[in-house]
Amino acid sequence: MPFLAVTDIVKRFGAEDDAIVAIDGVSLDVAHGEFVSVIGPSGCGKSTLFNIIGGLIGDYEGRVSVGGEQVSGTHPAFGMVFQEESTFPWRTVLDNVAFPLELAGMGKRERHERALHFVSMVGLDGFERRYPSELSGGMRQRVSIARTLASEPRILLMDEPFAALDEQTRLLLGDKVLQIHQQLHQTTLLITHNITEAVQLSDRVLVMTYRPGRLKRSVAIDLPRPRSSEVVGSDAFGHYVAQIWSDLREEASRGIRDVESRALQGGEAP
Amino acid sequence: MDERRAAAGTEPVRRTVSTDRRGAAPALGVSTLIVVVACIEGLIRANVINPFVVPLPSQVLAAIPRIVAEEDIPHRFWQTMQEALWASLLLIVVGIALGMLLFRFRLLRRACETGIAALASAPIVLMYPLFLVIFGRSATTIVMIGFIAGLPPVILKTVEGLAGTRKVLLDVGRSFRLADAQLFRKILLPAAMPSIFVGLRLGLIFALINIVGVEFLINFGGLGQLINELAERYDLPGMYGAIGFVILVSVVFFVACERAERWLLSSR
Repeated sequence: MPFLAVTDIVKRFGAEDDAIVAIDGVSLDVAHGEFVSVIGPSGCGKSTLFNIIGGLIGDYEGRVSVGGEQVSGTHPAFGMVFQEESTFPWRTVLDNVAFPLELAGMGKRERHERALHFVSMVGLDGFERRYPSELSGGMRQRVSIARTLASEPRILLMDEPFAALDEQTRLLLGDKVLQIHQQLHQTTLLITHNITEAVQLSDRVLVMTYRPGRLKRSVAIDLPRPRSSEVVGSDAFGHYVAQIWSDLREEASRGIRDVESRALQGGEAP
Repeated sequence: MDERRAAAGTEPVRRTVSTDRRGAAPALGVSTLIVVVACIEGLIRANVINPFVVPLPSQVLAAIPRIVAEEDIPHRFWQTMQEALWASLLLIVVGIALGMLLFRFRLLRRACETGIAALASAPIVLMYPLFLVIFGRSATTIVMIGFIAGLPPVILKTVEGLAGTRKVLLDVGRSFRLADAQLFRKILLPAAMPSIFVGLRLGLIFALINIVGVEFLINFGGLGQLINELAERYDLPGMYGAIGFVILVSVVFFVACERAERWLLSSR
C-alpha cells in the first residue's frame, strides 16, 4: 500500500459555465521514504496540487490518503515548505525553527534544544540568534525547511523551495536536501519546474501536461544513492534530463502559445 | 572559504554602520540648529527681522531659568505629559482594537475607512466647544480631543498592517493547523507590528499637537496655557522658551516611542 495516495484529483476554478479545469484526474502514489518530484510547465497546476495535498485548498474532487486513511484539510502528517520566502522576520533562526514545537506546548529549554538539532541538520550552526533579514535567500529557505522538519511530518511537501535561488546555490542546497533525506528517510513530494533539480533529488519524476494538468509520464531515476550534485556530470543524469525535457518541451511550448493567444485576445500580458 | 559560503547561500547579509557615521548625523543636526539660531540672532540684530515680533534667541535662552522658577514649568510640563500619556494609553487600547475590528469585519471597514481617513485631515481642535459642553473645562476635554485627533492614523495603520500580512506567512500558520486566535496572535499581530508603530507614532504626534493647542485655547492645564498667558503678557522671550519646552515634550515622546518600538520588535 502506498504511503501517500492521491486519487483522481480534479480542480476547477470559476463559475460552472466558465470554469477553468486546472487539474484533471491526477493520481499519484508515494511509497514510504520515497522522494518523488512533480514537474511541469508554468500554469500546469503544480502549486494547486501542492495546496490540495497539503490541505490549503478544500474545494476539489478526488481523495488524498495517508497510510490508507483519507485526509481532508490540513493534517499533521504533512509538513509544507513554500516557494516564497516564509520565515517569520520577527523571530530569530532558532525561534523560527522552534515554532512548531512551541505550538505543541513544549517548554522553552526543550524546544530550543530540539530546534538546535534541526538548525544543525540544515547547516546553520552559528546563526541561531540571527534574524532572517541578516541571512541570504538560501539560508532563509533552509530555516523554512528546518522549521518544517522540526514538526516531524510523515510527509514533506515542498513547492519549488529553491525557485528564487541561482543555479549554483540550488545545486548545493540540493546536496543538503539529499543529506537530510539520507539521514531521515523522509517521504518527500517535491513540486518543481527545474529538470536538473528533479533528477538530482528524486527516485521518481512525474511529468505533468500543460492546462488542464494531467500526469503525462512517470520516470524512475535509477541513479545510485547516496547522491550529491556531482551526479550532474554523469551520462545517466544527462540521459534522464533529455528524456524528461522531450516530454516537457511540448507542454512548455503549448503553455507559451496559450498565454500568447490569450494575450492577443484579451489584452492579458504574456 | 568565503566564496564557497557565498555560493552555498550561507553568506549572511552584512550590515556595516561605522561608529563615526553614527555620531556624525546628530552632530550635523545640532550644528545646523546652532547655525540657524545664530543666523536668526544676526538678522534680528541687523533689524532685518523686527525684534518686537521675534525676540533674540539669546533673550529666549536667558528667559528659560526665569520661567522655570516663576511659572512652575516642571509642574506644567508634568501636566502636559500626563494628558499626553492618558491620550496615548487610550490610543493604544482603543485605536488598535478598532483597527483589529475593522480588519476582521470587511463590510465595516468598507463603510468606515473613508470617513476615518477624512477625520485625519479634519481640524478636530475646532470642535473644542462641543468637548467643553460634554466634559467641562477640564483635563478630560484636553485628553479626549488629543485622543480623537490621534485616532485615525492608529486605526488606519493597524488595518493596513494586518491586511498587508504576506499570504505565505498565513499559509505557514494554516499548514501548522493554527486556530484563528493563534493565527492572529502568532502571525498577524507580530507581522503588523511595524505598521502599527508607524500609526502610533503619527497618532501620538497628532495627539500632542492638539493637547497643547486645546490647553492654549481653553486656557487650562500645562504648557499650552502658559504659552497663552505669556503671549497675553507680551513676554515674547518667555513664550518662545515655553514653546521650547513643548518641543522637549515632543522629543521625550518620540524617543520613548522609538525605544518601545525597538524593544518590542526585538523581543517578539
